[in-house]
Amino acid sequence: MIKKFLNAFGEYFLLMGKSIRTPQKMSVFWKHLMREINDLGVNSFGLVIFTSLFVGAVVAIQMYNNFEASAFPIPASFVGYATKAVLVLEFSPTIISLVLAGKVGSYIASSIGTMRVSEQIDALDIMGVNSPNFLIFPKILASLIFNPLLIAISITMGVLGGYFAGQMTGNWTEDDYATGIQMYMPNLFYYYAFIKTLVFAFIIATVPAYFGYNVKGGSLEVGRASTQAVVWTMVFIIISELLLTQMILS
Amino acid sequence: MIEVKDLKKKFGDTEVLKGISTSFETGKVNLIIGQSGSGKTVFLKSLLNVYEPSSGTILFDERDVTKLSREEKQSLRAEIGTVFQGGALFDSLTVEENITFPLDMFTNLTFREKKRRAREVMDSVHLEGASRKFPAEISGGMQKRVAIARAIVNNPKYLFCDEPNSGLDPYTSNVIDDLLIEITQQYNTTTIINTHDMNSVMTIGEKIVYLKDGLLEWEGNKDNVITAKNENLIDFVYSSELFKELREYFLSTDKTSIDSIKPKENE
Repeated sequence: MIKKFLNAFGEYFLLMGKSIRTPQKMSVFWKHLMREINDLGVNSFGLVIFTSLFVGAVVAIQMYNNFEASAFPIPASFVGYATKAVLVLEFSPTIISLVLAGKVGSYIASSIGTMRVSEQIDALDIMGVNSPNFLIFPKILASLIFNPLLIAISITMGVLGGYFAGQMTGNWTEDDYATGIQMYMPNLFYYYAFIKTLVFAFIIATVPAYFGYNVKGGSLEVGRASTQAVVWTMVFIIISELLLTQMILS
Repeated sequence: MIEVKDLKKKFGDTEVLKGISTSFETGKVNLIIGQSGSGKTVFLKSLLNVYEPSSGTILFDERDVTKLSREEKQSLRAEIGTVFQGGALFDSLTVEENITFPLDMFTNLTFREKKRRAREVMDSVHLEGASRKFPAEISGGMQKRVAIARAIVNNPKYLFCDEPNSGLDPYTSNVIDDLLIEITQQYNTTTIINTHDMNSVMTIGEKIVYLKDGLLEWEGNKDNVITAKNENLIDFVYSSELFKELREYFLSTDKTSIDSIKPKENE
């Protein structure tokens, strides 16, 4: 079991070694990169906006309820601050990355896996194309470029969700909320959020690519690899979250 | 010309190729035949350098593949066109994009030049009107033709085809065979085809290599197949009653070449 895991780990790093290289043909690479940005990033806008708006609202309502139940009086403006802190520190970088691991991870694993079982990757190799570099590198770059933007959008939408919740429930005023979200938060929290996002983006692009690239069999195996890819991507996100939190915030 | 000398390939303890020596001439259609599990695909993939041979040499016009550097292998690969069993077309690209892909990757042709070359090749494989379709929108026979077009678009010196007739109806299968002969002659390629199709064996096999259990059991051409004395080859090629009877008819009437039974023009 451990030997198998270590083997897979070694294979993963070797695959990354082949992937992260100067592209063979820049014009083809740019075209490919734009397509990946669209498939992995732009197509995730809707999901990120929808999830963030609603979760932002839920977080704000829960914060308000907790503050209300507190024995000490907590000003309503803290709802905005707490919502912002939750979104920046945890929800947007981690939970949205987990959501993306499901959406984008399964897409990457199944699209590369299908290419593997239908001999399209063999065709690339025989033509003399460095297939890992051609298929995986644009995905890595697309995720690294676009995921921070998605996370920034998620934070904004979450904050907006909290605002709408206040407007609908009437529990806190617009001014309270605005004061709260303008309260000082250390820059380190933002660095932490975006460093996490970049690490998670790399994991989201590469772990499913590894599973897809090494599929053996037919369509059933592609499905299995896709599921495994999502599970392991989530596992690695959670583990690296712990490590990064310890390294950056402690 | 491709020469193979004492080629061996092992996977773990299993020796799949047990020392094959043969040659494939330029401008000829060379067929590799054999039962499933005889080592045909491993042989073809070893020639294509997908599998590293365990021992032996493979010479592409006197260039020993086993001794080439990575860059040299890369440039050799650009001289090779391959048609895969399932076509292996890139399903996210249109027919035309599939065909121009090798040009995009390995040439510095302008957009117009690439387009012109793609049109030429599409015309030569009779693919008019399919350029904007995706592989999933065209028939199996057309997919094979797209795969052939993609394989020849970069003027390859060597053309490899893995089961180009599999899953095709007899008429389309003949069209593909004719096309492969035409391309071999037109581009003067060294064409190597891995096939199970006995019709292809009888009609286009300018050189036939018969593999059994990882060994070269017999080699000859489409005419020699009729008079061959190798029992294993006879059992394999003439496994159907119809082919058996045909062979007996050829031998009894002394018609020992396929061309001798073709109708003359005035008949």
